[in-house]
Amino acid sequence: MSGTFNTVIQLIYVAAASCFVLGLHLMNNPATARRGNQVSVAGMIAAIAATGALVIHGGLIDATGWIVIAAGVLVGGGLGLYTARTVKMTAMPQLVSIFNAVGGGAAALVAIRDFMTIGSGIGASTSVPTLLDVIIGSVTFSGSIIAAGKLQGVITSAPVSFPGARIVNMLLAVIAVGFGAYVIASPNMIGLGVVIAAALIFGVSMVMPIGGADMPVVISLLNAFTGTAVAMAGFVINNTALIIAGALVGASGGILTKLMADAMNRSIGNIMIGGFGQGDAIVAAAGVAGAGVQSIAADDAAIQLAYASKVIIVPGYGLAAAQAQHEVAALADLLESRGVDVSYAIHPVAGRMPGHMNVLLAEANVPYPLLKEMDEINPEFGRTDVALVIGANDVTNPAARRAGTAISGMPILDVDAAKSIIVIKRSMGHGYAGIDNELYTNPKTSMFFADAKKGLAQLTASVKTLVG
Amino acid sequence: MLLTDFIIFVLSLWVGFEVISKVPATLHTPLMSAANSIHGIVLAGGIVIAATAHNLVGYILAFVAVAFAAMNVVGGYVVTGRMLKMFKRRVAPVPASPAVEASPNGKASS
Repeated sequence: MSGTFNTVIQLIYVAAASCFVLGLHLMNNPATARRGNQVSVAGMIAAIAATGALVIHGGLIDATGWIVIAAGVLVGGGLGLYTARTVKMTAMPQLVSIFNAVGGGAAALVAIRDFMTIGSGIGASTSVPTLLDVIIGSVTFSGSIIAAGKLQGVITSAPVSFPGARIVNMLLAVIAVGFGAYVIASPNMIGLGVVIAAALIFGVSMVMPIGGADMPVVISLLNAFTGTAVAMAGFVINNTALIIAGALVGASGGILTKLMADAMNRSIGNIMIGGFGQGDAIVAAAGVAGAGVQSIAADDAAIQLAYASKVIIVPGYGLAAAQAQHEVAALADLLESRGVDVSYAIHPVAGRMPGHMNVLLAEANVPYPLLKEMDEINPEFGRTDVALVIGANDVTNPAARRAGTAISGMPILDVDAAKSIIVIKRSMGHGYAGIDNELYTNPKTSMFFADAKKGLAQLTASVKTLVG
Repeated sequence: MLLTDFIIFVLSLWVGFEVISKVPATLHTPLMSAANSIHGIVLAGGIVIAATAHNLVGYILAFVAVAFAAMNVVGGYVVTGRMLKMFKRRVAPVPASPAVEASPNGKASS
């Protein structure tokens, strides 16, 4: 292999990696984010083209190899294009999960194939990343498929567990790592097969006991896994572009995992042990309107909203579950056209994946400057006439400020500082933490018992009748 | 060689932490989707193993790897673009006064 050629390829890889970093950097502002994506695409095309050139230059590839590549790109690319074009924004978490699965799966296959080619002659400097790639990639593959199934509702979103599940999980992890060490010591295919099987089953049993509400953390974590698996694949085939790109994704997934876990006031370990989170159908049996709770009719709520000068909308998981983003946008538009100052307070874990609520509202044509992050909006509640809480529970519970509750220390939206609070909720059922929300018994709070979608439509209709 | 690769890996992790921690929560879903597309670079890995495959098992593994990675990279970038296109500053000019609200940010904080 000529030195100059190799140098050129390496330089292209560095340029591609720079594009990835720059692309991610441009994502720090909605105004430049689209350009960021384009820069990233350019880097990707360059890196793939360079790899193609590298393969041609190597001269090892045969005609069937080319057919395999072409067929794979056509089939996979076509499927990717189709799903990306048709997917509903509410289904984004599933899609991201599927892409995690195939990315992790591809990374594992690269290592498996490389291991088969080299055979017993493999050195430790390759076998260690190979085994790491196979284990992480396989866990990501099966785990992400289960996560996508749970999000899609194909698999129950409630935690699925059985007595001794944790012991089985630990056993699987020990088998995967133990056999991994054995394969590194004496490379053989059977050992690798055991590692792959154990890792695949572990991926399933790791995600099954995790409840639907914990999905933002799980997806982020699997995203980090995929990145790491791809970086390991880079070590295996000695490709700098894969190492850098994988590390970037690993870092991104890691940060998001940490942010999500913090926003839920739980440790990552606690979530992964699982069995605590609940499914989507959190219709608790608790009676409607308990002691000290005042309910409100649509017309009265509409009067408050129509004559307010500042309204903050607090959308939560319930809004996403009811898919009421278009209804909320319609109400907000109507209020804005009356000169009401409307903004949205978005808690980090609103929705089913990091930032999901923002995408849903953007799809409903809500301008992004109205979407406010928690730290930005919290000081504004004090001068807000009406805070309209829709399907958000624990993230508004003032009990988080006190010590000794299940959500103590969890960052919350200071909804109770608003002059008046309207909560749209189906029942007095508990949120994810399973405790009473003190906001609901606040004298300033009125409860509007309705499904988010229907309730918002009613409110919009009432405001329209009210103001003609 | 391994050491160099490892150094690149660790430094890239740090670059990733630095760049990504500046992304606002508003864009976290597109960010994750963009990161998703970037790990589609594993397509390069698929191409490399397709090049060294000279038997049926090799071809099958390479085909699946390439198809997976191609789905990842194409779908990831397209859906990220689709999402980012939806983030608009203001859709139809509403004759309200949001500009008035935005201005006192710095000064009138009494």
